[in-house]
Amino acid sequence: MDIPYTVSVRPDTGVYNAKLGIWLFIASEVMLFGGLFSAYVFLRTGAPVWPGMMGGEMYVRASDILSVPMATLNTMVLIASSVTMVMAWASLMMDDFGKFRRYMSLTILLSFVFLIVKGFEYNAKFSHGLYPSESTFLAIYFTLTGLHAIHVIGGIIVNSYLLGPGSKLWKTKPKQFTNRIEIAGLYWHFVDLVWIFLFPTIYLL
Amino acid sequence: MSESTHAEDIQAHVKVYIKVFGALAILTVVTVGVGYLHLPIWPALIVALLIASVKGGLVGGFFMHLSSEKKVIFYVLLVTATFLLAMFVIFISALHDQVGGHLVP
Amino acid sequence: MADHAKDPTAQDEHQLADTPPRHPLPATHDHHDPSFWRKYIFSTDHKVIGIQYALTSLLFLFFGFCLVMVMRWQLAFPGEALPLIGSFFGESRMPGGVMLPEFYNQLGAMHGTIMVFLGIVPLAVGAFGNYVVPLQIGAPDMAFPKLNMASYWVYFLGGVVMLSSFFVPAGAAKAGWTSYPPLANIETMGQTMWLLGMVFLITSSLLGAVNFLTTIIQLRADGLSFMRLPFFVWAQFVTSFLLLLAFPPLEVAAIFQLMDRLADTSFFMPSGLVISGEALDVSGGGSPLLWQHLFWFLAHPEVYVLILPAMGIVAEIIANNTRKPLWGYRAVVYSTIFLGFMSFIVWAHHMFITGMGTSISTFFQITTMIISVPSVVILSALFLSLWGGSIRFTTPMLFALAFLPMFGIGGLTGLPLGLAPTDIPLHDTYYVIGHFHYVVAPGTIMALFAGIYYWFPKITGRKMNDRLGRVHFWGSLIFMNGIFFPMFIQGLAGVSRRLYDGGSIYELAAPVLHYNEFMSMCAWLLAIAQIPFFINFIMSIKKGEKVSDNVWEATTLEWAAAPSPPVAHGNFETIPRVYRGPYEYSVPDHDTDFLPQNQP
Repeated sequence: MDIPYTVSVRPDTGVYNAKLGIWLFIASEVMLFGGLFSAYVFLRTGAPVWPGMMGGEMYVRASDILSVPMATLNTMVLIASSVTMVMAWASLMMDDFGKFRRYMSLTILLSFVFLIVKGFEYNAKFSHGLYPSESTFLAIYFTLTGLHAIHVIGGIIVNSYLLGPGSKLWKTKPKQFTNRIEIAGLYWHFVDLVWIFLFPTIYLL
Repeated sequence: MSESTHAEDIQAHVKVYIKVFGALAILTVVTVGVGYLHLPIWPALIVALLIASVKGGLVGGFFMHLSSEKKVIFYVLLVTATFLLAMFVIFISALHDQVGGHLVP
Repeated sequence: MADHAKDPTAQDEHQLADTPPRHPLPATHDHHDPSFWRKYIFSTDHKVIGIQYALTSLLFLFFGFCLVMVMRWQLAFPGEALPLIGSFFGESRMPGGVMLPEFYNQLGAMHGTIMVFLGIVPLAVGAFGNYVVPLQIGAPDMAFPKLNMASYWVYFLGGVVMLSSFFVPAGAAKAGWTSYPPLANIETMGQTMWLLGMVFLITSSLLGAVNFLTTIIQLRADGLSFMRLPFFVWAQFVTSFLLLLAFPPLEVAAIFQLMDRLADTSFFMPSGLVISGEALDVSGGGSPLLWQHLFWFLAHPEVYVLILPAMGIVAEIIANNTRKPLWGYRAVVYSTIFLGFMSFIVWAHHMFITGMGTSISTFFQITTMIISVPSVVILSALFLSLWGGSIRFTTPMLFALAFLPMFGIGGLTGLPLGLAPTDIPLHDTYYVIGHFHYVVAPGTIMALFAGIYYWFPKITGRKMNDRLGRVHFWGSLIFMNGIFFPMFIQGLAGVSRRLYDGGSIYELAAPVLHYNEFMSMCAWLLAIAQIPFFINFIMSIKKGEKVSDNVWEATTLEWAAAPSPPVAHGNFETIPRVYRGPYEYSVPDHDTDFLPQNQP
C-alpha cells in the first residue's frame, strides 16, 4: 500500500504531499509568532514608557540595554545559514552529495554560532540580575527570542539528522531525500524570516 | 529535462542565491543604520517594517521559491495573512477603544 | 446492491510505486504479520488510530460526565454530605462527604476542559475524521501516517497530564476552563499542569490539522473534485483550517501564563495589583485583557470545531435515510467556508463586559450577527432535506433528526448573547451555560452518537441493536432537555455560573433554586440512560447482527467501495474512481434508489 504523491507531484495541485504539509505547518507558525508579535504590540502600546525602569535605571531606547552589534552579527549569521541551506539543496539537485554535506555542515555550524552569541547576550543580562521578571520589556525580549531559539534548536536537530543517519536515503531514494532537504530548508528559511522581523522590532524600535 | 540543462538551471539559481545574500546583507546594514537615526516611533516603525518586508520577500521569494510556487500554497498563505492582519488590527483597536478613553492594557 | 468498486481496466497510477512502502518493518507484507504492539498500539493505520481516539475520547467524556454528576449533588443539596461515595474523595476535597468550594471549582474547570479538549474534539475530529475521511475520499490512508500516530500519542500524554493534575497538592486547575488571569496566574500547581496539558493537546491538534488538510487536498481519488466531496469531508476540511490557524495564539497565551507563573513575569499582571492586602512583587505592566483576547481568538473558532463535524455527520445520515440528495449542497458548502472565515473575527462577543468602547463592541456585534446567517442556512438546508423524502427511522436517523431542533434551540439562544445590551445581564449566568450545552450536548453529542450507530457496521461488519438504541435515544433526549432547559430560566433570573452553592446565598436566586434538584435528577438519570449504549456497544462488537458491506445502501465511497471492515492496509481492494456527486439517491430511471459515487 503506497500513499500517492509522496515524491511525485499531484497533477492538479502541482505539489507533493510533504511540501503542502510543511507550508501548512509554517502557516500555523506564522500565527504563533504573529500572536507573539500582537502581544508585544499590545503591551508596548499600553505602556507609558518603553523599555522603562530596569535594574534601578530608566531606559528609553531598547538599544541602550540590548546589544545591537551582537544582534546584527546574529542576523548576518542566520541569513548566511539560510544561504548555505538552500545551497545544500541545490547541490543535491546537481547530484553533488559531497557539496551537500559541506553546505549542510556549514548551516548547522552557523546555527550553533547563532545560539552561542544568544548565550552571551542572555548571560550579559542574567549576570546583572536582569531576568524576565524585571520588566515587561525583558519578559517580551526573553520570551520572543527564547521561543525563536527553541525553533533554531529544532532546526539543528532536524538538519543534523538529515546530515547524519538520515542521509542514507540518498543512496536508495535520491529524489525523496532531496525533497526532504527542500522541506527542511523551507522550515529553516522561515526561522530566518522570523528573526528578520524580530531583530528590528525588538532591538531597534 | 536533460541532465545538462537541469544542472544549468540550478547553476543559474545559485547565482541568484548569492546576489540575494548580498542584498540581504546590505539591507541589514541599512536597518541598523536607520536604527541609529533614532526616528520618532511611527516613521521608525514604518521604515523598519518596510525594510523587513523587503528582506522577508527576498527570503520567501528566492530561498523558499515562493515566486514560482503553486496556487495552492498561495491560497494557504493568503488565508493565513488575512487572519494575521485581522488579529493585529483588532487587538490594537480593542486596546484603543475602551470605556473612559484610557489606554490601559 | 452492495457494490464493490471494480475497475478492471485501470492500472491505477497510484498503485505504481514511485516510492516503495516507507515502512522499514515487514508490516506491509501480507505473509508477515506485524507484532501486537505495531498492530494495535503504535499503529500508523488511520483506522486503528481512529479507534484509539474513539475509545480514549469516550472514556474522557464519561469521566467528564462523572465530574459534573458529583457537582450536581452539591448544586441540588448544597452543604449536604454525598452518601456512599462522598468519603472516597478524601478530607482535602470533601471532608465528611461535604464538598469544599475549592473542589467544586476544580470539578468545574476540569469538566469543561476535559469535555471540550479531551472528549468532543478528539472524538469528532480525531476519531470520526481519521476513520472516515480517507475512506470517503478513496485514499489508502492519511497523507502522513506516522504523524497521525504521533498526534494520537501526544493527545494521550496531554490527557495523562490533565488527569494527574487532580493528584498534585491543592488539586487541579480551578480558575475555570477559561483560566483568566490574574486569578489563574496565582493559582496552585494544578494550573501549571493545565497549561502543560494544553500545550500537548494544542500540538496534537496542529499536527492533526496539517495531516487532514494535506490528505483532503492531495489524496482525493480520480474524479473526486471538491464539489463532489461528501459534506462530512468539507466539514472536516474547514474544521482543520480553524484548528491550524486559531490554536497557535492560545499556545502563545499558555506560554505567557507559564512564564508568569514560573518565571514571575508580568505578561498578564497589571501594575499595582493588591491581593489579600499585599501588593504583589511583580514588575506589572501586563494585561489581563491580553489573555482574554488570545484565549478567545482560539476559543471562538473552537466552538465551530465542536459543531461542524457534527453537522457533517447529520448531513450524511439525513441524505442516506431520506433517499434524497442533500438540499442546497452548494449553499451549505459556501456557508461552511464563510462560517469558518467569520469565526475568526467574532471572538470578543465573549468580552462585552470588559469595558470595551462602543466602536469595537459594535464591530463584534455586527460580525456575530452576520455569522448566524451561514449557521441558519446550513440548519435550514438540513431541515429542507427532509421535505419529500422517504424517511427511514433507523437508529442513526433518530439521533440526526433530534440534532436539528436541539441545535436550533442552542443557536437561537445564542442571539441575545451576541448583542451587547442583552449580553450584559446574561453574561456569566446560567443562561450561557444552557446555551452552549444545548449546542454541544443535545447538539453535537447526539450527532456523534448518530455517527457511532451509523459507522459501527463499517468498522465491525455488525449492526448495533436497534431496540437498545431507541432506549438510549429517548432517555438521552429527554434527560438532556431536563438538565439544560431550566438553565435558561435560572440565567434570566440572574443566577451566576461557577457558584459552588448553586446560587443559594443570593436572594434573587430564591425563586429559581428549586430547579437545581430537578436538573440534578435528570443528570443522574441521563447517566443511567447511557447504560443501554455501553451494553449495546460492547455486545455488538462480537454478537451484533452481521450485515453486508453497504448495510445502509449509501452512495459514499466508504460504504460503496470498501468492505466492512475495510481492507487492513489500503482500505480498498482497488482504489475507486468517482463518477458523480455524493448524494445521488432516487435518481429517476434506475432500478436501485441509490447510485454509488464509484459506479461507472
